[in-house]
Amino acid sequence: MSTRDIRNLILSALAFGVVALLPFYDTGYILSIATTMAMFTVLATSWALFSGPTHYISLATAAFFGLGTFVTGYGFQTMPYWSLPLIAAVLGAGLAGLVGMVTLRLSGVYFVIFTLGLAELVRQLVTWVQNRTGQRGMYVLTSITESHIYWQLLGMAALVFLVGWLIGRSRLGFALRIIGNDETVAKHSGINTALAKVLLFMVSGAAAATVGAMLAPRYIYIEPSTAFAPLLSFQVVIMALLGGTGRLWGPLAGVIPFTLLWEFISRHAPNQTLLLLGLAFLLIVYVLPGGVVGLQARLKRRFGQGGH
Amino acid sequence: MARVVLEVRNVTKRFGGLVAVNDMSFDVTEHEVLGIIGPNGSGKSTMINMISGTFPPSAGMIRLNGQDVAGKPAHRIAQMGVARTFQLVRLLPELSVIENVVAGAAFGHRRRWKAEAERYAESLLERVGLGAVMTVPVSSLTYINTKRVELARALACEPEVLLLDEWLAGLNPTELQTGIELIRSLREEGRTVILVEHVMDAIRSLCDRCVVMSSGTKIAEGTPADVLSDAEVIRAYLGADEDA
Repeated sequence: MSTRDIRNLILSALAFGVVALLPFYDTGYILSIATTMAMFTVLATSWALFSGPTHYISLATAAFFGLGTFVTGYGFQTMPYWSLPLIAAVLGAGLAGLVGMVTLRLSGVYFVIFTLGLAELVRQLVTWVQNRTGQRGMYVLTSITESHIYWQLLGMAALVFLVGWLIGRSRLGFALRIIGNDETVAKHSGINTALAKVLLFMVSGAAAATVGAMLAPRYIYIEPSTAFAPLLSFQVVIMALLGGTGRLWGPLAGVIPFTLLWEFISRHAPNQTLLLLGLAFLLIVYVLPGGVVGLQARLKRRFGQGGH
Repeated sequence: MARVVLEVRNVTKRFGGLVAVNDMSFDVTEHEVLGIIGPNGSGKSTMINMISGTFPPSAGMIRLNGQDVAGKPAHRIAQMGVARTFQLVRLLPELSVIENVVAGAAFGHRRRWKAEAERYAESLLERVGLGAVMTVPVSSLTYINTKRVELARALACEPEVLLLDEWLAGLNPTELQTGIELIRSLREEGRTVILVEHVMDAIRSLCDRCVVMSSGTKIAEGTPADVLSDAEVIRAYLGADEDA
């Protein structure tokens, strides 16, 4: 490990330490926004671990997330609470592995559409099962407070950053970058492309399911239409792209402004949220194609080299 | 007797009703440069693609050092020791020149990683004459330099057999001389190479033996001088001589 790595590690640890103190300052509105940010940080960062290097746009976040919330919904009365995120992670990884093996042969737009359909498929399945058993939604009534959820999510974010950092330094991370550039070259250079893609898809699936499991108590009442809402998948993609997927911290740089913007929009124009979401997406694609990360690189080039 | 590295036996490839390669057999021995030549559409690239695992043969057997490779996935075949370049150059545009070469070293036949892989990639870039442009973006390379990067990437796998699919195509006369020299130096290092090529000068000066294909079938095999004077080869390239 270089001195720069150690410095970055210490700085990140300090930053986590500072934001972890937030619940002592405020347990109301600010904490609620911070919790949302923490949730999207984990989701967008883990999404970018897979989709960033490979350029496979996955819209399956809601499927994994919803799965996680239902794990908590079904399990919180009978199982120890700490085990629920772990079970969700295993199931999320399993679902991602299954889906990955079938779909990662698909490329481009076919993969996108399939992942979008997946969330819908899982939602319909859960609804069908609930209809058969006469259930509707379910109440998740626990003593878990917003502060607990926030700390859990922070811990999860630290874990995702650590895993992402390790993957980025590993052969697996390098293999994914090669796959994203040219899959044919990757294969002929000796990379098991299918295995590499499935592994990373499982990592991001597990993370999203874990987040779902942690957040279920916040929703109190969960039902398939909200737990598997496709909007979540789109939000995650937009935030990650806004931040930029070229760097590990990229998605975070998208999550913070976007959560604030979303908050502002839903307070002042609750009926136009989707319209504004679409506009934001267009703007990102046209104005910030490489996200905040790309903008930073462009500014560096512009002002770093004699300012011409 | 030199050791046979690659054996191709009765290999056939059908695409629907089209027979692209028909019952091809040949051997490649260690330290040999074998040319696969023939008119356009004669099945040379299809042959290379089957050896490297882009797609499996419809029938027949391909063995590398006695191990069956026909029908194995491309990444397995690469790990077993077959590296290739592509007819249309394929570089990794978002990666630096040196990372492009490390890509070959990290997952290929003899795996290297981190400092070792980088040192090795640097030595290969020097080897192909790219010592000066190691740090530039791939997009700013000249055409011949992109070909050199691709060659260095293939060499970085330390392959048992190196497949060069029209590596010299598209070079201007000066570049062509440089290119031929480069491949000759690989030959002098004792590498085993299969060369798919159209450039006759290169075939004459580089190949120990040639296999000539026409319409998917082997029509001649031997030294370049022999096959290029073979009546059937001339007919395949130039058409039948009506006046004779």
